[in-house]
Parts: sequence; structure tokens; C-alpha cells
Amino acid sequence: MKILGSEITPYKTYLNRRKFIKGSLASAMLATVTSSAFANHDSDLSIYTKNLNENDKLNSYEEITTYNNFYEFGTHKKHPHLNSGNFKPRPWTIKIDGLVKKPQTFDLEKILSNVTIEDRVYRLRCVEAWSMVIPWQGFQLSELIKMVEPLSSAKYVQFVTVFRPEEMPGQQKRTIIWPYREGLRMDEAMNPLTILATGLYGHEMPNQNGAPIRLVVPWKYGFKSIKSIVEIRFLDTQPETSWETLAPWEYGFYANVNPNVNHPRWSQGTERRIGEFKRRETLMFNGYEKEVAHLYKDLDLTKFY
Amino acid sequence: MFSTRNFNRSKPVLFILILFPSLLWAYQFVTGNLGVNPIEKLMDELGLMALRLIIITLMITTLSNIKPLKSIVVLRRMIGLFAFYYVCLHFSTYIVLDHFLDMQFIIQDIIKRPFITFGFISFLFLIPLASTSTKNMIKRLGFKLWKKIHYLIYPVAILASMHFYVLVRADKTEPVIYMGIIILLLLHRIFKRLTRPQLAQ
Repeated sequence: MKILGSEITPYKTYLNRRKFIKGSLASAMLATVTSSAFANHDSDLSIYTKNLNENDKLNSYEEITTYNNFYEFGTHKKHPHLNSGNFKPRPWTIKIDGLVKKPQTFDLEKILSNVTIEDRVYRLRCVEAWSMVIPWQGFQLSELIKMVEPLSSAKYVQFVTVFRPEEMPGQQKRTIIWPYREGLRMDEAMNPLTILATGLYGHEMPNQNGAPIRLVVPWKYGFKSIKSIVEIRFLDTQPETSWETLAPWEYGFYANVNPNVNHPRWSQGTERRIGEFKRRETLMFNGYEKEVAHLYKDLDLTKFY
Repeated sequence: MFSTRNFNRSKPVLFILILFPSLLWAYQFVTGNLGVNPIEKLMDELGLMALRLIIITLMITTLSNIKPLKSIVVLRRMIGLFAFYYVCLHFSTYIVLDHFLDMQFIIQDIIKRPFITFGFISFLFLIPLASTSTKNMIKRLGFKLWKKIHYLIYPVAILASMHFYVLVRADKTEPVIYMGIIILLLLHRIFKRLTRPQLAQ
């Protein structure tokens, strides 16, 4: 049923390997050849839309890039779009350290030349009970992890956002403790759904969405998908994460999308899909239950929210 | 020195100025110009406007202690009623647009989520204030009782600012400023009360 990307896309520039994630991962494993990371192909939406769930519709580029939670650029949804103009996402390096055989500082370009960039159309569910459908381009985090060969003692991965108060005006105020930090369990990080995204709609990642490289973990609330990553650490203990540190009674380490476990300020049973009038039901693990439920079969999700 | 007439004359202008934002937002909402999440935006703007107007009514009472501004009190009722108007719009946006009259969900929301509880109680307390705002009502109730009822504005203001404070996720500057103003205004009233009997003696 799935068509190869190159067959449906006549663009010469369009050389990305394409992989679409629908409801099930198995159906998404078809792919084509690769190379350039940032081919621009938003003029042909069929590339993305034919791989959507029937209930989903893509959000527009405008919606995705003007309504963001990225407190480094300010706390209002429009601030990242308005205040991120001075941010310089290139050149960029990512330091990888902790419990790995090959700790090193990578040039982003070097990483990108060693991975396959794919399309992933994912639902994004914010903890504030709104959601979007976003066509990302990126690569599986597992590819990068394999490159650095973690030790068997590594059980968790921590991510750190860049700290540049002169380019990120929100960091000049201590709204949260900078730099922003997030974390995943090793098996979550290795899950094929987990990607490091470098673009959306075929554009390089816009500054307000986490340029030049960000995490996307589609079955968790949006705040887990940390933006503008400069450091990745491999640890044997569960790392502190920013929102959990700020308000542990509201935000947990796992932060799996779960309509049955409510946030004290937002019921998580329903959500507003941006662009829609009526609320819709929130799906367990944001609709990725088949792919990730097994990761949590021994975990009490009401305790480890 | 501003006379009662000065303030009364400014009323039509004030009326239009305070009414205008609601008309603008309604127009923007209908024409799709309220941004990417228009229902949330509408609700936020209406609520913020209501809170600011509530604080302004408290300020008016304080300002009327300054001799040349004594007559400013004549503006208080109109602004208070506008605060109620914006609270009603805010609340109905929540009920109708945000939750589509899903009463079961809404009742749960009011009970379970403290910030919504605060907002809801604040709204309830405003109802007797708004419904006893006419001159006729003051007469019927007697000034003393009427005044007692209108002390409800203090819990209304405090609850409304708490409603806002709890809602904000990280940068609490704005709600803290509002809370600070409310506390200062209340302290001023307490101070006045404590010093008045001494003067009488």
C-alpha cells in the first residue's frame, strides 16, 4: 500500500529517504534512497497526507511555526516566532559524554552525513491539552546512540538545550532553571519512534521549533521533546528534568500521554487539535499504544506519570 | 478639583472604550483573526480584562480618598458591571466554545481543578454584586446591608487573581503584580479602618 518516496516525488532535490509512521510501525518501514537533509518539498503535500491516519489532518506550516512553547524565547505561544530571529543555529556541535565507549563532540554536519533523514508524520500532544499533526524530517535517535556505543551500565539518556541568553531573550529571566534538560530511559531512546528532527515540511528546522536539531518522542507530552540540543549524556541513574524539578507534583519523568491520568490543571481526557473547533478524545500514548505500550507493562502509570 | 459632573460626562466615552475590546475580539474570532488557537486566546483576553476591571474598581475606592478625586466613585458601578460582563463572556466561552456544553465534564473540571474552582467561586460571588447594583436596590436593602454584600468584592478579587496565578506555568510576574496591587489596596483599607475610630475620639 505504501509508495516509495521517489516514485511519487519528481523533484531532483528530493533525495531524502522517506519513511512514514502511521498507526503501526510495521506499515511504515518502506523507504527510499537518501542524501540531502534539507530538500524543500512542501509544495506537494501528498507526500505527507497519504500517510496520515484517517482521522488526522496535517497542521499548516504557519500553525506549527507561530504557536510554540519554547520558553527560551519567551513564555507566550507567539514569542518563539517573534523573538527567535537572532538565534544562530549554525555552526552547531553536540557533545556526547557519560557512560559511552566513544565520548566525543560531534559537528552536526558530521552526524547528518552518517544518518538517513526520513519523513515522520507525528501527532504532537502538549500537556496543556492542545495538539497538532506535524511532518518532521529527522533520523532515529538509535542511529546516533549506536555510533557512540553506550556501556551496558548506561540506563538513561539526558539531553541539554543550548544556553545563549544573548540570542535567547527568555533565558535572561529565570522562569525555569536554565539550561533546559530532559531525559529518557534507554529503551525509550532506542525505540524506533524516537527521532532527532532536523526539519519540518521539508524546511530546515525553524528557530522557534528547536533549530537545528531537536528530539521528537510522539507518545509523550510535548515538553519531553527537547529543542536545540547541545549535549547528550548517558547515565546509570534517572536524570533530573526541567519541568519535574520545577513542579514535581505536576510533571513526571515519564510524561506519557495518558487520558486516564489527569494533570492538576488540565484534564487530559480530551484535547483541542489546533485548527479544529470541537475537542477530541485523547488517545492512550497519543495513539502509539501498539508501538510503545510494552515498554511500560510493569509500570504503574498513575504513579509514574 | 474634579466634580461629579466631570466624571459623569466622561461616562459615555469610558463606556465605549471598555466595551470596544469585546466587540473587537468577537469580530476577530468570527473572521478567524484571533491566532492559531482562537478559543484559548478569546478566553484568556476576556478573563484578563475582567480581572483588570475588578482591580480598577478597588482602585477607584482608594482614589476617592484623595480630596480632588472624591467624585471618581461615580464611575465605580459602571466599571464593576463591565467586570461582570467580561466575566460572563469569559465563563460562557469556557462552557460553550471550549467544552461544548459537556456539563458532566465541566462539573468535574470545576470540582477537581483548583484554578477552575477559584475562578468559579469568584464568578458566583460577583452575581449578588451585579444584581444589587441599582440605586433602587441600595434603597430596598438599606445602605448598611448593601455595603456588607459588596464586601464580597474582596474575595472576588483575591480568588480571581489566584485563578490567574495558578494557571500560569512558569513566569508568574504578571499575576504576582496583580496580587500585589490587590493586597496593597486591601492593606490601605485596613489601615483606614484602624485609624478612623482614634480620630473620632
